[in-house]
Amino acid sequence: MTDNENLKTTPLDSLHRELGGKMVPFAGYAMPVQYPAGILKEHAQTRTQAGLFDVSHMGQARLTGADPATAFETLVPGDIAGLGAGRMRYTMFTNEAGGILDDLMATNMGDHLFLVVNAACKEADFAHIESGLGDRARLEILTDRALLALQGPAAATVLARFAFAAATMPFMSAAEMDIGGISCLVTRSGYTGEDGYEISIPAAEAEKIARLLLAEVEVAPVGLGARDSLRLEAGLCLYGSDIDTQTTPVEAGLTWAIGKRRREEGGFPGADVIIGQIRGGVSRKRVGILPEGRAPARAHTEITDADGSVIGEVTSGGFGPTIERPIAMGYVAVGSSLPGTRVNLVVRGKALPGAVVRMPFVEQRYYRG
Amino acid sequence: MSTVKFTEEHEWIAIDGNIATVGITAYAAEQLGDVVFVELPAVGKAVTQGGDAAVVESVKAASEVYAPISGEITEANPALDDEPATVNADPEGAGWFFKMTIGDASELDGLMDANAYKSFVEGLG
Repeated sequence: MTDNENLKTTPLDSLHRELGGKMVPFAGYAMPVQYPAGILKEHAQTRTQAGLFDVSHMGQARLTGADPATAFETLVPGDIAGLGAGRMRYTMFTNEAGGILDDLMATNMGDHLFLVVNAACKEADFAHIESGLGDRARLEILTDRALLALQGPAAATVLARFAFAAATMPFMSAAEMDIGGISCLVTRSGYTGEDGYEISIPAAEAEKIARLLLAEVEVAPVGLGARDSLRLEAGLCLYGSDIDTQTTPVEAGLTWAIGKRRREEGGFPGADVIIGQIRGGVSRKRVGILPEGRAPARAHTEITDADGSVIGEVTSGGFGPTIERPIAMGYVAVGSSLPGTRVNLVVRGKALPGAVVRMPFVEQRYYRG
Repeated sequence: MSTVKFTEEHEWIAIDGNIATVGITAYAAEQLGDVVFVELPAVGKAVTQGGDAAVVESVKAASEVYAPISGEITEANPALDDEPATVNADPEGAGWFFKMTIGDASELDGLMDANAYKSFVEGLG
């Protein structure tokens, strides 16, 4: 086992251990990869009832200033200035080559932007924001806050028992609400493909709220293992695997996250490359792949065409518990990217048949009012 | 009653006359978590002690299963194709991986008995 002594812990560390969480190192933190129920049951729990995830390792920050949204747009291709108050958007930090430095959620909180970034990138992201924006905005890193995700078809019913307004808040919106007498920032968002919430809580109160939610009959704790299988079935990218500095938003199929105005005006790092790709196309694309047999094709599995020529590589792959078969995503040459294209996945030296398919693998069930 | 031995890689091997049955230990199954796929060796394949023999995949990752001794594969457990979770449900029984001949019985001498394996696992913390 890995030496856990130098790992950081989240405010829920003792609760994870009490619940029997199997703690593993992740992005410098000791995190529960699963609880005694196991990944398959935790995955099913989230698809059928509600799962509670500790995502406190992620980076939370506030960006303030005269016009933080306009300033922030110099770092990301998303339409941030166009976000209404209480609305949020998925976007990414790009570099001058059009590569992705990280992906994130940006929320317009009226007088500031609330940002949530990936744990493994947070220090680099925050340094990037500070050096990139200088005096135009002030970054306040929220090290004293925990982040919980409550995800699944029962999430709304459960959260509404504590905060009535949660039931009808729109997908990709945010609101301050009291949960158990504690002021929390709730967003209707997530990383599982299900309806659900992410709840930002003062660190000292996080365990109290986690216990409150876990006491509800529909809720069980879910670890990082199921978080990964859930997001893969939902077709969502994992930074560092499916997107990184070597992939652009257009290659990754994330062009939808680049607003119309931003495509016309540019003004973000790598705009020339990215806008050029939107107009002129790309040579490779991220696609979903369904292996035909039972053998999972893991990340870095080579993808070949019918002639055996290498056309790409799997970036995330494993077993989809809900679809009950192996699933994968990866990049292939654009000529092989149409759904239905036959491909081979080279697993342990054997070419296993599969096909390019549309994602998500499991239908997303976000709240649409 | 067959003799059962264990490897440091968490395989068990049960010897019945000229045939040995191989699987992964309850400890290994617990560590792997939910098993979703097992790749078994073809009947007739020659394996060598410590060499690759099978692959077991959990939701998270793929792990090699090594041959505890040298010999030839005589049978692969068909139940694992249909129901890989048998490995979690009964790792040291119905969840066996393959049967093999005993190429060199002296190779068994270097393996642990049940008590030694129990101490070995406890030492892993």
